[in-house]
Amino acid sequence: MATRPGEIEAALSRRYAAGFVTDIESDSLPPGLNEDAIRALSARKQEPAWMTEWRLAAYRHWLTMAPPRWAKLRLAPIDFQAISYYSAPKNRPQSLDEVDPRLLETYEKLGVPLHERARLAGVAVDAVFDSVSVANTAREELAKVGVIFCSMSEAIREHGELVRQYLGSVVPRGDNFFAALNSAVFSDGSFVFIPKGVRCPMELSTYFRINAGHTGQFERTLIIAEEGAYVSYLEGCTAPMRDENQLHAAVVELVALERAHIKYSTVQNWYPGDEHGRGGIYNFVTKRGDCRGNDSRISWTQVETGSAITWKYPSCILRGDRSVGEFHSVALTHHWQQADTGTKMIHVGRDTKSKIVSKGISAGHGQNSYRGLVKVEAGAENARNHTRCDSLLIGKHCGAHTFPYIEVKNPTAIVEHEATTSRISDDQMFYCRSRGIGEEDAVSMIVDGFCRQVFRELPMEFAVEAKKLLEVSLEGAIG
Amino acid sequence: MLKIDNLHVRVAGREILKGLSLAVQPGEMHAVMGPNGAGKSTLGHVLAGRPGYEVTQGTVEFDGRNLLEMAPEQRAAAGVFLAFQYPVEIPGVNNTYFLRTALNAQRKARGGDELDSMQFLKLVREKLKVMQLSPDLLNRAVNEGFSGGEKKRNEIFQMAVLEPRLAILDETDSGLDIDALRQVAEGVNALRAPDRAFVVITHYQRLLDYIVPDRVHVLADGRIVESGDAGLAQQLEAHGYAWVRERQPAEAGA
Repeated sequence: MATRPGEIEAALSRRYAAGFVTDIESDSLPPGLNEDAIRALSARKQEPAWMTEWRLAAYRHWLTMAPPRWAKLRLAPIDFQAISYYSAPKNRPQSLDEVDPRLLETYEKLGVPLHERARLAGVAVDAVFDSVSVANTAREELAKVGVIFCSMSEAIREHGELVRQYLGSVVPRGDNFFAALNSAVFSDGSFVFIPKGVRCPMELSTYFRINAGHTGQFERTLIIAEEGAYVSYLEGCTAPMRDENQLHAAVVELVALERAHIKYSTVQNWYPGDEHGRGGIYNFVTKRGDCRGNDSRISWTQVETGSAITWKYPSCILRGDRSVGEFHSVALTHHWQQADTGTKMIHVGRDTKSKIVSKGISAGHGQNSYRGLVKVEAGAENARNHTRCDSLLIGKHCGAHTFPYIEVKNPTAIVEHEATTSRISDDQMFYCRSRGIGEEDAVSMIVDGFCRQVFRELPMEFAVEAKKLLEVSLEGAIG
Repeated sequence: MLKIDNLHVRVAGREILKGLSLAVQPGEMHAVMGPNGAGKSTLGHVLAGRPGYEVTQGTVEFDGRNLLEMAPEQRAAAGVFLAFQYPVEIPGVNNTYFLRTALNAQRKARGGDELDSMQFLKLVREKLKVMQLSPDLLNRAVNEGFSGGEKKRNEIFQMAVLEPRLAILDETDSGLDIDALRQVAEGVNALRAPDRAFVVITHYQRLLDYIVPDRVHVLADGRIVESGDAGLAQQLEAHGYAWVRERQPAEAGA
């Protein structure tokens, strides 16, 4: 009963379930990037002048920068002039009832809990389709407690002062190549504001989808939790199957004031490309949280199964005393996917703590790198960090790599790093099969066990989704 | 129920089983004894379908079906169970969840209904009466951090839940202290049934003080060289395996 390569190859050619295209007329800017395109974009979105200027400043800075080369990624040069920087479904809806039914169908196919289903599930959803936010549920309920949850475009128009105060305060315009690009051309995203002392009464959620061809998606998310506030936020991402590589360059900024707690979870399932490495999303994302107040806490949880390339390092700046940063990650690469992902924990305040749990799974020809920085500044007395970094290899052609960077400038710091690399063993497979569990189920069970520590951090219904996603992504991965 | 005829098996290019024959009827308890390296564990593994075991000659029939053509999970669904000599750890996978997945996979393969978590929990509680196992082991990861005795008891517990037709116990007694040995034996005895057969593979006679076999076979150099009733095990204990080897030329093929 040796392995049967033929069957495995057949199973490897499984289809990407979210890979459909929705036929909706869209209003797109022609491809190309220059100051006029940015002005046109800003005008289309009816933005105030300060926002236009902010974008232009970012664009001018971007022109002076070069794409980063330090990541362990192989990628073709990106032609930024071939991308359309704005694509919106035509006939902008005024309310959920006016949303194109086909669009709602798309979300239904994706399993997004929109509309009434959302309220039942206790989830408020902001859905971003290509570049604009199309629906935002449960808004009234949130407004009662003073929570603002809306699209970034709307926030710029309606809550200009708040946006202006915080935008770019965590990830500056010129932070890095892709963040600068995003700052110049970001089209939409979510804005969340939780006022002082408020515990957000429901999970907030955003679904991003790239639909139109030859477009990039550049969303910008800003979450502010005032003193003592709490919010749990989840984002999910999908895209249709296309032969070309599409660019996704997002920026997420989190601000936690004193005693605030922000929990940010991502289930990323952008189109990963086919089994020959054709197509797929280039996912270049800058995510950073600022624990600005004392006793604040920011937790990142991510499940990354999609994208041809993932380049992302959700980070925490632990500025407030006794602030806590957490990063829990599962990154899976199959076929020809590449991931270079990890986190940065910057300890600035006293008695700050950070915890990193990274689980990398590589199958097929997938390449998975963990890259993490733990930095303890001179003033960060009694900083503590614990890092655990595990890699699981499935098959013979994949790779797992670990690049930990540790910079400690205070002698009272305690920094721990643990790392393991393992394979799904023949013994484990045979043990499961001898109990009646088929090969595919055995693999997903073992992988699920490997990821348990991270899945525990996800809200219940998304943990189930994440588990299913891994199962689908790993179909036929054994060999 | 199980009919092994002239079985030859190669592992990593070496012939380990060299013409083994054995017939087991429902309700019977067979003990297979033999010195180290005789091929005892190979027998267990090849019956359960472990990849890498190449059958070069002979046949194995189980309930009239060709067992050798079946995948390990199909054999399990058909009612073959192997209690491992070295139970495998699966980090992060809850023991109860593992067992429910296994049971439901088997039930589904047999065309039956799957049990939901409440029904399964009820079953587990019933079976816990048979096999003493501390409830916290059920909520830990599969075999992870279990002591040697706990791992073996967990195997028997799995057997109790899965209710196989044919249970093969591969050196389940090895590494157990006398109390654990007794508990394991009690668990096995409680599962004896007219429609269930056991093949107990062991190096030592002491397990057979607690589990009384109907037939005892001596496996040496890849084949069964002697068969008898429970008394044969006693004689082996008294004289050692060398005694069989000395007798072998005169009674070969008996």
